[in-house]
Formats: sequence, C-alpha cells, structure tokens
Amino acid sequence: MASVSAVEVGRSAAGRRRSFLRSWRAGLQGSEYAWAIAFCIPYVGVFLAFVVYPVLYGLWLGHNPALYVELVHDPIYQETIVNTIIYLVVGVNVKMFFALLLSGFFMRKGWWVKGLLMIYVLPWAVPALPTFISIHWMLNTQWGLVNNVIWELFHVDGPGWLDTSRWLALGSVIVTYIWKNMPFWTVILLAGRMAIPHELYEAAEVDGATGIRRFLHVSFPLLANLYLVCTLLSTIFTLGDFNTAYFISGGGPALSTHVLATLGIRDAFEIARPELGVAAVLSALPLMIPLVILLMHKLRTSEVQL
Amino acid sequence: MSAITTQAAPRRAPNYRLRHIGTEAAALLLAVVLLIWTLAPLYNMLMVALEPHSDVFTSNLWPAHPSLDSFWIVVTEGYWYLEYFWHQYANSLYIGFWTVFLTLLIGSMVSYSIGRMRIKHGWLLTNAALMTYLVPASFLAIPFYRIMQGYGLGNNVWSIIAVEVTFATPYAIFIFQQYGRGIPLELDEAARIDGASPIQVYFRIYLPLMAPALVAVGTYALLLAWNEYLYQFLLLSSKRSMTVPVALAQFINSDESPWNYMMATAIVYSVPPVVIYYLFRGRMTAGLTMGGVKG
Repeated sequence: MASVSAVEVGRSAAGRRRSFLRSWRAGLQGSEYAWAIAFCIPYVGVFLAFVVYPVLYGLWLGHNPALYVELVHDPIYQETIVNTIIYLVVGVNVKMFFALLLSGFFMRKGWWVKGLLMIYVLPWAVPALPTFISIHWMLNTQWGLVNNVIWELFHVDGPGWLDTSRWLALGSVIVTYIWKNMPFWTVILLAGRMAIPHELYEAAEVDGATGIRRFLHVSFPLLANLYLVCTLLSTIFTLGDFNTAYFISGGGPALSTHVLATLGIRDAFEIARPELGVAAVLSALPLMIPLVILLMHKLRTSEVQL
Repeated sequence: MSAITTQAAPRRAPNYRLRHIGTEAAALLLAVVLLIWTLAPLYNMLMVALEPHSDVFTSNLWPAHPSLDSFWIVVTEGYWYLEYFWHQYANSLYIGFWTVFLTLLIGSMVSYSIGRMRIKHGWLLTNAALMTYLVPASFLAIPFYRIMQGYGLGNNVWSIIAVEVTFATPYAIFIFQQYGRGIPLELDEAARIDGASPIQVYFRIYLPLMAPALVAVGTYALLLAWNEYLYQFLLLSSKRSMTVPVALAQFINSDESPWNYMMATAIVYSVPPVVIYYLFRGRMTAGLTMGGVKG
C-alpha cells in the first residue's frame, strides 16, 4: 500500500490535495477507511464510557479543596499515608529483590528445579481471595496455624498478629503481599535472564568472571532496565492493591493499617462520603502522574512488554 | 613458584567438589524453605476444609478426623449461606466467558485497525490503552459505582463484565500489537489484491495467525475476571446476582464463620483457574514476557 501512494504523489493542486488526504488516511481508500474506523469504534466506546467518564466524574467529585484540608487533619488519613509508603517501599522492593535472586536460582538445571518452579508459581495461579481468607485464618490468635506451630515448636503463645499491634498487622499484610506477588515477578525476571545470550556468560568465564562477579558484571547490567521497569510497574499496581490489606488486616486494629486504596472505599461506602473517598484516592496523584509518565516513556522506548 | 603450583593443583579438585556439594546442599535447603513458604497457606486451606466444624477451633496441625463432608455440603448447597452456590458459580463463569470473548473481540479489532490497516493517529489509541493499563482499577471504583447506577446496571452482572473488559483490553491491545509485528503485512496485501475485503482479511488471515496471542490474552482475561473482588463486591448486592468470591467473603469477620465450608468453597472456586493456568502456562508466560529484554 505504501508503494502505491508513493507513486501517486502528483504535483498538481488536486494531486497535492489528494496526497494530503491520503496521508491523513494513511493510504486507506473510501470503504477501507470506513472499515478501519469501524474496527476502532468498540474500543473507543469502552474507553469513553468506562475510563474517560469515570475519571472526569472522579475529578469532579474530588474538586473541593476543603476535602483535602479535612483529610490532612484526619489522624486516620495520616496513618494511612505512612502505611502506604511503608507498603510500597518495603513490599515492592523486598519482593523484587528476592524475585531477582530466586530467578537466578531457577536458572539451575535439573528436573527438581523445574518441578519446584511449577509449585512455586501456585500463589499466583490460585485466585487471590481464597488464599487471603486462608491466611487471615492462619493468623488467628487462638486457632490459627501460625500460632499453633509456634506453640508446638517453642511452647509459647504466639502474638495476636492482626488484632493487637499496628506493626504486626501491617507486617502480616506485607508478607502476604510478597507471598502472592513474588512468583509472578520471578517468572518475568527469569524470562529476562533466559533472554541473555549464553555466549556472554562463556566469554565472561574465559575472562575469569564467575559467581557474584558474573552476576554484577554480566547479568545485572543486562537486567537492570527490566528490573527498573518491573519495580515501577509493581509500585503502581501495589498502590491500587485493595484485596491484600482488606482481607488480611481489614484496616484494623483500630483503623491503623489502612492503605489509600482501602481507605478510599471505606470513606465512600462505610461512612457514606464518596467525595472524601475520591479525595483520598486523588491524593495519590502526585506520586502516580510521574510514575505513569516515566513508565509510558519506558514501555514505549525499551520494548519491555508486560 | 613451580613448587607452589604443583602443590596447589591436586588440592584444587577435592576443594571444588566440596564446594559443589556445598552449593547443592544450599540449593536443596532453599528449595525446602521455598516449598514450606509457598504451600503453607494452601495446606491450611485444605486442612480446614477436611475438618469437621468442631475440629476447626482446635490447635491441630493436621486434621484429626479428615473427611470430605465440607465439600459434599458445598456441592449440595447444604448450608444456609451456600443456598445459591451453583447459581453464583454460574455467575462467575458467565462473567468470565463474556469477559474473555469481548476482550478478545474488541482488542483484536482495534489492534487490527491500528497495526494492520495502519489507521492514522492509531498511536493515540495505543497511548490511551497504555494509560488505562497504568491506572489502578480500584481508584476508579467510587465514580464507577455511581456511573453504573446511572447506566441502570446496578446489581447486574453486565456491570462487572464492563469493568473487566475495560481493564483487560489495554493488555490485549499491547500483546496483539507486539505479536502482530511478527506477521508479515504482505499476507494482508496479497489477500487484498485477490479481492478480499478488510473484514475477510480480519477473519481469515489475521485471527487465525494470532491464535497463540489470543490464547494468552484469553487466559489472562479469564484469570483477571476470576480474581477480581472489589467491583463484584460493590456492584452486586443480591444473593442471586452475586459471584462466589463475594458470597465467600461475607463471613470473614463474623465469629460464627463456618471456616471449613468456606475453605471447601474456596478450593472448589480455585480449581478452574489453576487447571487453566497449567494448561496454558507456556503460552501465558510467553505473552507476559513478550519482547523480554531488548537492548
């Protein structure tokens, strides 16, 4: 198609006009152009009705500055911000770091490593909700599996994981989050490692780089971009993670372990103030906008596809 | 100098073997730790599901009187909170099916238009999809709830299908465009010269060649719909329109929670995605890492 339009570029005014139209339609003719438009309509419809409209409506709901003043003076909101930052910084980075190390482990040869990998990805394959409910029960002070094991091993009573201390509860949320999400990122990083040509390792070995030095000088420089993109993506996904905090700690004890995603829903539906909930969510924009811009740039230019 | 090397040489071999055994042992130890870490919550699920109700509230580490009664109660809807279990399961399946179908249809159509027909300004749509992919779904829940009431879709499974399709299509567009680049455009052109209309090219050439990507994205969309909770919780309120996760989560904070039935329900609900995941594992991982690390 491109060659045809190149031939047809004329010098006359009509030709120029035609070529302008052509370039706008990118060489598509009448009915073809109509088809191309028609094929886009369903997606454009979905995008306008279920993305643009909710976003604009949300911005309108949260436009009143007084809401933000109220939030900033709310001690629950202050705690929520601290929790969210801890959740993002600790949860995402610990998870990604271990995923990076474990992806190296799963590069080992042998049938049992393959088998282990099949089991290891289970937390990701099993739906989130059933496992979160299971973990919630495991952490029950009196009858949960964790405290039962602690009793069997050490004959001491385990702590009340979810209902006594903010830090234990938040820690439980973060550990659950790591349990659920680490396999996914391990698989991604493993694929990244497998894409590194084997010759590079052979060359490195000839030059005497083995073990940790091979990792530092060969694997990591090649994985660094992927690792960065994964970390940024994971940060955004985690910011919107509602299920983990909601099902493990439920925001308790005493509303001290909410994160922004759960606080927004609580404000909107439990205390019936949707504007306040939207404002809580919108207060994440200063973090989200730079992340989105950076990621859009990264995902388009470096061809890392997730 | 030469004395040192001759002395060092024979010592090196056993040293190396010792180190080899050391790393193997460390690897095995790590494997055991990983197994316990991974399986503990799943074991807990199975253990509680196998216990009779009276044994749930004990400090057992394994079921004292294992039985399949809880599963039987679940599949026969023999407990008051399970009275619509199969109906709710059918709702989940219905949502999953339509999410997969519509995601594949809408995603492949727009990708065909952008990637194959080369519609001008197609990059705008690609960017719109990319941005949707990066907006956390839970952040839109509050306006979405209001809007769905406005559309008259409150307490209707189609509101859920709309949500899942909205958040699955951006990923579909990505994968389809990436995968489509590997299919030569000459194929389309040859068909066009032979007189095929765009819609014939779409059905007879584009879709069959995209089959692997369709499988990957379809699996992704199904798991997304199966995993999603927040919107189903907010938008579905009656027992008959609810899905399994919403019904399951109702009792998490009550003191009387029938944990053994809940865990049995959870297991029955988890089986399809796990089976599908393992069936299409290779495809899906390839889809998720398409492109991998380039440059």
